[in-house]
Amino acid sequence: MATETAPAPVVEKKKEPLFSKKNIRTLRDPLDDNNPITVQVLGICSALAVTVQVKPALIMALGVIFVAAFSNLIISLLRHSIPTRVRIIVQLIVIATLVTIVDQVLKAYMFDVSKKLSVFVGLIITNCIVMGRLEAFALGNKPWPSFLDGIGNGVGYGIILVVVAVFRELFGSGTLLGYQVIPQWAYNMGYVNNGLMMLPPAALFIIGLYIWAQRSWNKKLVNVS
Amino acid sequence: MHSNRYTLMYAAAISVLTAVILAFLSESLKPAQQANIALDKQINILRSVRITDAKPDQVRALFQERVRKVVVNSQGEELAGQDPDAIVLKDEVNKPAAERKLPLYIYTGDDGRKYYIIPTYGVGLWGPIWGYVALEDDFNTVYGATFDHKGETPGLGAEIAEAEFQAQFRGKKIMSESNTFVSVRVVKPTDKTDFGDEHRVDGISGGTITSRGTDAMLKNCIEPYLAYFGKQKQSLTPAGE
Repeated sequence: MATETAPAPVVEKKKEPLFSKKNIRTLRDPLDDNNPITVQVLGICSALAVTVQVKPALIMALGVIFVAAFSNLIISLLRHSIPTRVRIIVQLIVIATLVTIVDQVLKAYMFDVSKKLSVFVGLIITNCIVMGRLEAFALGNKPWPSFLDGIGNGVGYGIILVVVAVFRELFGSGTLLGYQVIPQWAYNMGYVNNGLMMLPPAALFIIGLYIWAQRSWNKKLVNVS
Repeated sequence: MHSNRYTLMYAAAISVLTAVILAFLSESLKPAQQANIALDKQINILRSVRITDAKPDQVRALFQERVRKVVVNSQGEELAGQDPDAIVLKDEVNKPAAERKLPLYIYTGDDGRKYYIIPTYGVGLWGPIWGYVALEDDFNTVYGATFDHKGETPGLGAEIAEAEFQAQFRGKKIMSESNTFVSVRVVKPTDKTDFGDEHRVDGISGGTITSRGTDAMLKNCIEPYLAYFGKQKQSLTPAGE
């Protein structure tokens, strides 16, 4: 062990530490300043589709984090060898392979979860965020920052998904993660679940409100578009 | 710029590599996946007779001891030498009733009463839906029902897989008082109907097409069994009752 740790200070000048300021920024930027959904406006379609309830939204987020992180890592490792003319195809093959692996493993070992997710897992392949990060980041950066970038974007996507899903499930069904939150007496007194929340347009409204709120606390974004 | 030769080789190599990885993964996970699917089917069948909390081992044991599997036809005859688990319901439901092979699971409860579990299969909005309907030994009253789906919308059509929706089916009748087949109908709460409350179940708001699919599936899948049930009833009740 001593032989492994000893040379570290020597190379420190040439090699940046794993969690340098720059790498932290790579990881943190997509959560707020450069959020894939609210700032780049990518991945909107799945944000509308899977946010009716919190649980599928959470698991979808985990799936996207996994796929984004590892496809970024793999493409970054291959980045010097990929022929530019077929790079999109290569990216798609990597993403599709990872998604299929997730799907197959879920089916074999977490059958209940996979039943809930079947259609969502497949949707990750078409998620613009994953491929967008491969094009914009992994092709031009080293593996470790690419991996962090994938995690950051996956989490940034997941935050929005979960926030939207919390609102939609709470006001649409009166539950959170399937547990009743709005008490029965409220219904007895005439409270009614909001049917609009069950429909995809509700997600657009909530994302719109989120963007409004985000831009009023984060002045950096005000002149972005 | 890479040469054409390199590009082609690279594309071919990465395709073959990922194909090999996925083929290997798929083959090595297949036994586990198939075991899950078979077990899931047994869990669903037992859920229709209100056994909801059995562990996997208990499910297998219950199936071994309590469930008799038969295949019947629409003339009410039992077909010998058929395995109901091998019948592909998807193919059967589209044939004319007279040609169908009808799998039936007969569960014997703790008190010795028999429940007749009918597998059903139909179409929802995005893909197939299926389920199991358990009838009591009067061949009329629904004891329990369970449904599942491939890809209905969560919160909307997918609610057919939820306990609240399925609980509505308990105690409903499939035959009218004049002994004609009505089925259990899934309709909108506001719809006016010419059949009584004992035949109707509230559909899902926002999941109209899935609700209608469930409705059509039940009618299509239960009706062919009536001949068999009629014969069973005759043999169970003494003549002249």
